[in-house]
Amino acid sequence: MLAQLGDDSKLLAGGQSLIPLMKLRFANPTHLVDLNFIPGASYIREESGILRFGALTRHAAIETSAAAGKIPILHDCAAGIADVQVRNRGTIGGSLAEADPSGDWATVLATLAAEVRCLGAKGERTVSLSDFIKDAYTTALAHDELVSEVAVKIPPKGSGGAYLAFKRSAPVYPTASAAVQLTMDGDVCQDAAIALGCVGLTAIRANDAEAALRGEPLTDKTMLRAMEGSRAAANPQSDMRGSADYKRTLVGALVKRAIEIALRRARGEPVKVGHVYA
Amino acid sequence: MPESIGNIPIQLRVNGKSFSRTIEPRKLLVELLREDLDLTGTHVGCDTTYCGACTVLMNGAAIKSCTVFAVQADGAEILTVEGLENNGELHPIQKAFGDSFGLQCGYCTPGLMLSALQLLSQNQQPSDKEIRKAIAGNTCRCTGYQNILKAIQVAAQNMKGA
Repeated sequence: MLAQLGDDSKLLAGGQSLIPLMKLRFANPTHLVDLNFIPGASYIREESGILRFGALTRHAAIETSAAAGKIPILHDCAAGIADVQVRNRGTIGGSLAEADPSGDWATVLATLAAEVRCLGAKGERTVSLSDFIKDAYTTALAHDELVSEVAVKIPPKGSGGAYLAFKRSAPVYPTASAAVQLTMDGDVCQDAAIALGCVGLTAIRANDAEAALRGEPLTDKTMLRAMEGSRAAANPQSDMRGSADYKRTLVGALVKRAIEIALRRARGEPVKVGHVYA
Repeated sequence: MPESIGNIPIQLRVNGKSFSRTIEPRKLLVELLREDLDLTGTHVGCDTTYCGACTVLMNGAAIKSCTVFAVQADGAEILTVEGLENNGELHPIQKAFGDSFGLQCGYCTPGLMLSALQLLSQNQQPSDKEIRKAIAGNTCRCTGYQNILKAIQVAAQNMKGA
């Protein structure tokens, strides 16, 4: 159908970004194909260590799902996106396919083993999240493809994560955000994944920060190096949400807080977090 | 390129009444409610998915009706502020907003009351924090939030066991 409608046609999932963008004339599609009436495209299934989300699964459904709650960082994300009304409509598949640099899902999923299933007229393929997000507003999707499912591997025991976003108010995009997933072996950090949101054209993996933690006990010194590594990895732009320097400092602080929460969760302590407001 | 698909027939229930209309696919739900069904209690504030003045319930879930196309409500059950009262009797949420001075200019009030209704239908005894989270998508430019919080607490008390 998309092939028939031409290059300027667009898919409509939750519409919570696309409809405002159309009103502002930033998006001007000639045709919209509404996916919302497709049956069976919203589900959360756990299958042999993998959580599968139908592309049209609403953020609100993930927020209240016991299965998704097993990966606390997913709950942090789903429960913090915009506000109740937007979470009731917006979808995980739509968020990834839009690839907004400030979107929450791409940042969070970058710290997990996540795959995106793409479906098109020519068949189906599975793309890792890091290959799926190409650039700001650009994904690996061909024009006649859509996201059908997002699959996330459930992290091993001893692993804990946290996602924190700093926002001026609920409905706006964050000023900066940080996602951290730690796998601990006693007091030593076996593996670390740190992703920074809203401080680059896509979510940024802070490789140096991760290296600073890997194989080390989490002391004040290693934490400081992780913060420094995160600030160096960030590539923010000054805009109405804050100056580049401010965002760089902010993202370092968010990483520190997220590490502390991820650590407590890795030790099995249930910690509730909410986004931080200005 | 295919021709324009023209107007689309839809059927929906609003405040318990069935409506059939044939509408332009670009029409927003809030425009259908206000312009076609004369339900002007649902307001348009920012028109950019920020302020929540246009909040209605669609199949029980609070949504911003300026960010949903009317054709997407085909087959849906919509509740607007006009549907809150019952035979001239105010809904406990409406009563609590009045009693607690939970409104000043009133522009955001319909949206706030519907956000409150979704909250109270899922959580009969919300904490202050839970109320704040539930109405985070509704902006009151009079900044009367303290009394809005109070009103929702009072409504929760009055609706308990109802």
